[in-house]
Amino acid sequence: MPISDKTQIAEPEVNEKLVLEHNITPEEYKHIKEILGRKPNFTELGIFSVMWSEHCSYKNSRPVLKLFPVDGPSVLVKAGEENAGVVDIGDGWAVSFKVESHNHPSAIEPFQGAATGVGGIIRDIFTMGARPIASLNSLRFGKLANARVKHLLKGVIGGIAHYGNCIGIPTVGGEIYFDETYEANPLVNAFCLGIIRHKDIARGCAKGEGNPVFYVGAATGRDGLGGASFASRELTDESHEDRPAVQVGDPFMEKLLLEACLELLKTGYVVGIQDMGAAGLTCSTCETASRGGSGIEIELSKVPKRETGMIPYEIMLSESQERMLVIAEKGKEKEVKKIFEKWDLHAVEIGHVTGDGIMRVRNNGRIVVEIPARKIAEDSPVYIREEKRPEYLKEAAELDEEKLEEPGDCNDVLARLLDDPTISSKKWVYEQYDHMVMTNTVLRPGSDAAVLRVKPAGKYLALSSDCNSTYCYLDPYTGGRIAVAESARNVICSGAKPLAVTDCLNFGNPMKPEIFWQFKKCVEGLADACRSFNTPVTGGNVSFYNENPRGPIDPTPVVCMVGLFESEKHITGSRFMNEGDLVYLIGGNRVEIGGSQYLKNIFGMKKGKCPILDIEEEKAVQSLCYESIKKGLIRSAHDCSEGGLAVALSECCIMPGGEFMGACVDLTQVYPGDSSKASVLFGESQSRIIVTIAPENAGKFDSFAGSSGTGVHRIGTVKGKKLVIKFNGDDLINSEIDRMAEKYFGSIGAKLKL
Amino acid sequence: MKFGVVVFPGSNCDHDCYYVLNDVMKVKTDYIWHKQDEISGYDCIVLPGGFSYGDYLRTGAIARFSPVMKSLIEYAEKGGLVIGICNGFQILLESGLLPGAMLRNESLSFVCRDVRLNVENSRVPFTSCCKKGEILEIPVAHGEGNYYADEKTIKMLEDGGRVVFRYCGRDGKASKEANPNGSINDIAGICNEKGNVLGMMPHPERCSEKILGSADGKKIFNSIISHLTR
Repeated sequence: MPISDKTQIAEPEVNEKLVLEHNITPEEYKHIKEILGRKPNFTELGIFSVMWSEHCSYKNSRPVLKLFPVDGPSVLVKAGEENAGVVDIGDGWAVSFKVESHNHPSAIEPFQGAATGVGGIIRDIFTMGARPIASLNSLRFGKLANARVKHLLKGVIGGIAHYGNCIGIPTVGGEIYFDETYEANPLVNAFCLGIIRHKDIARGCAKGEGNPVFYVGAATGRDGLGGASFASRELTDESHEDRPAVQVGDPFMEKLLLEACLELLKTGYVVGIQDMGAAGLTCSTCETASRGGSGIEIELSKVPKRETGMIPYEIMLSESQERMLVIAEKGKEKEVKKIFEKWDLHAVEIGHVTGDGIMRVRNNGRIVVEIPARKIAEDSPVYIREEKRPEYLKEAAELDEEKLEEPGDCNDVLARLLDDPTISSKKWVYEQYDHMVMTNTVLRPGSDAAVLRVKPAGKYLALSSDCNSTYCYLDPYTGGRIAVAESARNVICSGAKPLAVTDCLNFGNPMKPEIFWQFKKCVEGLADACRSFNTPVTGGNVSFYNENPRGPIDPTPVVCMVGLFESEKHITGSRFMNEGDLVYLIGGNRVEIGGSQYLKNIFGMKKGKCPILDIEEEKAVQSLCYESIKKGLIRSAHDCSEGGLAVALSECCIMPGGEFMGACVDLTQVYPGDSSKASVLFGESQSRIIVTIAPENAGKFDSFAGSSGTGVHRIGTVKGKKLVIKFNGDDLINSEIDRMAEKYFGSIGAKLKL
Repeated sequence: MKFGVVVFPGSNCDHDCYYVLNDVMKVKTDYIWHKQDEISGYDCIVLPGGFSYGDYLRTGAIARFSPVMKSLIEYAEKGGLVIGICNGFQILLESGLLPGAMLRNESLSFVCRDVRLNVENSRVPFTSCCKKGEILEIPVAHGEGNYYADEKTIKMLEDGGRVVFRYCGRDGKASKEANPNGSINDIAGICNEKGNVLGMMPHPERCSEKILGSADGKKIFNSIISHLTR
């Protein structure tokens, strides 16, 4: 039975209690009254509360985010200017990309939480006028032995697959870590990249007095209002009690919206366009007006709704998915409507651009909101939070390596690490994602970086996402730098040059001084490393308040890096390709074991010193690898990360994409004779790349490497069906690669069945 | 020679099919919007993969009511070549151009990976350049590719040589391990009695260029083109 409009309840009086319930501090409330010159009404209070939330305003993080380098010769749209940054890739073509979190919704309802995360980031990209061509996902879960974690993993993967597969954008890579720190607070960070011609870059901007404002896409419901917001409980009748707190995604609707918007943008009739994501109609109207230096006026009775009795507060704050705001040229209304009609979508003129700088909302003619647009969008409070170095750091750094028991049989340890879901193949996951649609996927998931072609531009891109949160827990500054360095290393190994970065900063509650310290140190690390690699940050997202009853998550600043190939010929895989090829190790002969997956897996310890990162050394290693690839000397290149050299070499043997190949290597000349077996095999020293060289190119590579001055060791040969690793005359590892592959590829699937 | 690629709302392999035909195979190709009911002048029509109408209700169940389908059925009855790939195959089943139905994959999960196909019938236009028993490596990407038909229908298909592709292992033999979705008799693709309508779950358009790892899919497009030029 439809609910009649009579069930609409009168708006409550704005009082102190209501203000607090909206997470608005007394000082903020005072500021709001100053802006308005009066008390806000209920709807206006709601608008300020969402626009001044951390999610929309970055009020706790903005001063720190200023540390990021955001400029560069190839940056066309900078971080914060629009919905996503845009970077030049040459010949009039550009890429737009961004990563965003959907952690909290995914913790409550993993399938829809993750699905709408994917949908949201895709909208951010096509809002820029770009056609999305690839997605990545960076995910963190608790330990897989936990039943709830299994449920979350299956739900999140199912949701990502559901949305991405249906809309037809390939999910080409990403990363997944399992650690108890994420037990009740999984991280779901979704990345999307689109391609666009420079001249077609769209803006989220409302300009030109009298230009019509269109609402396009799905109808507005009460979804996204429930859960945290008290409003749905107090304001709606009992029929709404079961309403899910998480929005529900409809990838089919978004596919239509995507095609219709790109078709519309081609006409040139669009003045501005913005998706309705967080804070829906509120954010899209006041932000576009603020950017355009204009005002905007809308009439809520014209907004397509899928529920009756919605009050202005609900309509303005709804986070229903798959909706966009389009500001068109006056006189082109018919043309706009025609395109959306073709795609069977709503396109309703709900208002117009004004010249007075005011965001004015009417409901059946009555003014319900009147706020200076720029004041809400730009004048949000900024806080510099207190910071304090956490106590745990001292204890965590204490690790008496001498006292660590050396592994008896290193083969068993290697088998255990290959079976560790953080290290093992994510085949169970990526086979559920359509990672080939659009026929651009050159290097598929499982490689160091995903490699894509950009068909119309004749370009090739590498995408990588990285963050080792254990390093960030032990040393946030170094951990942050390593996240960037590793991402760059992955891009380099695939044969591309790092271009730019987007990041998703996942932390606990910033009101805790220790958390804010972690946040600041991580950002300093990311910023310094981005400067060193000349990779500007083009945008991203901050996600605070990631805590579970046991405490905050480990700091997790996820870095997604985009690299550009100079030539298709440089595309390089990470697996061993040919029997008889020579195996080299570029870089690294430090002896380190702190923060390793080995310590975590075998001893249950998150301890020791984070691996050292010497940025000059890192750059030299990357440069040698990259230049050698360009000279055509390198057959395969693989970065050395979690699990150390032993795991990296194993991965080279069994990486999918061809026949498995064994190898025989000797590390005696690389490490001092008194090094522990564990540190030689499983230590996670940075700045190391395993490459293979065809025997006929060995001379050329040796002399080139020699002239570069970077440490290089020839450590062995690709051969047979076993991986043998020798050190000081002992076979530390002597394993059948087929057996290793069984562990590596079967791990996650098997653990889910337990 | 002119190919047409039908675009339903929710089709997402339409661009890929167009690209392979137009840019790789270099044959004239048009998009055909699903609301269009005039489709004369085409030599082969492709129903591409994707999620037509979001696959709501059942895969392909709503697309069969699109205006273009009535003309397509007439076109097929007159002997016009029609190839349905993935969602296109599902639409062919729903529209009755091919017999049987699709169930959800046995694993209940979407599956995207390379599979091997044994070409069991090389006498239809779509496999005219293949040898009987040839093995093609082609990716699948679907959640509902578990082909099913009753015993009588299966017998009719098998006896009539209408199973064009069967999932197989390295040795060319059909097996449960090689079958990504649990389809009956490891069926991957079938044709109608006259052999002018083919439905297949794997995506030949995803492997028609060497840079994508396999160019086996090109053999199917080559077959169609060489049949049409003959």
